[in-house]
Amino acid sequence: MAIEVRIPTILRTYTGGAKSVEGSGATLADLIGDLDARYGGLRDRLQDESGLRRFVNVYLNDEDVRFLGGLETPVKDGDTVTVLPAVAGGAPGR
Amino acid sequence: MLTISPALRDKIVSHARADHPDEACGVIAGPAGRDRPERFIPMLNAQRSPTFYEFDSMELLRVWREMDDRDEEPVVIYHSHTATEAYPSRTDISYANEPGAHYVVVSTRDPGQTEFRSFRIADGNVTEEDVRFAADAGGPALE
Repeated sequence: MAIEVRIPTILRTYTGGAKSVEGSGATLADLIGDLDARYGGLRDRLQDESGLRRFVNVYLNDEDVRFLGGLETPVKDGDTVTVLPAVAGGAPGR
Repeated sequence: MLTISPALRDKIVSHARADHPDEACGVIAGPAGRDRPERFIPMLNAQRSPTFYEFDSMELLRVWREMDDRDEEPVVIYHSHTATEAYPSRTDISYANEPGAHYVVVSTRDPGQTEFRSFRIADGNVTEEDVRFAADAGGPALE
């Protein structure tokens, strides 16, 4: 058993085109570290110095991890983590 | 080029008018790989703002999963500008993460006339494309 991580189209260049990959770790931060070891560069697309990037959504099963514990959210075998970039934008001048 | 039915165009415009002066946003899904917008999915603007839009994160998960299950993709991603022209802003460009999608921007700044334009946005580059309105382009019939 492992943790399934679903990768959005825009980040599949890091996973050799795979829609979903497997990883392990006790927390989301560990899991991202584990993935980054095999899919170099992925971590930088998901997090910055302050934590998860503002315009990347990460879900543990059916919950947005922002409402759980962010990078410290505990994860376990059998969980599914889904990554989806925010769909956002806005008018000029902001 | 974006080919879209007049009925779907009207749904986008109605949504944008209804939410004015806040920005409206949504998706038109279609079968993967067909470049054919068919299923209209208006989304909540979690920001409820006249200058910014963001899909609600839980609705985003639900809708993207649903598209995955139905073997669909987001063919069109639309939003409105309510006081400025229908052209992608710097913000729109920096957050555009679906290189395969047609980014439709409508402007509701003129109450009498709605600008409707479509763009490809990939790697920070914007390319405007022609829009063809065709009744047989898929989706619901004109109401």
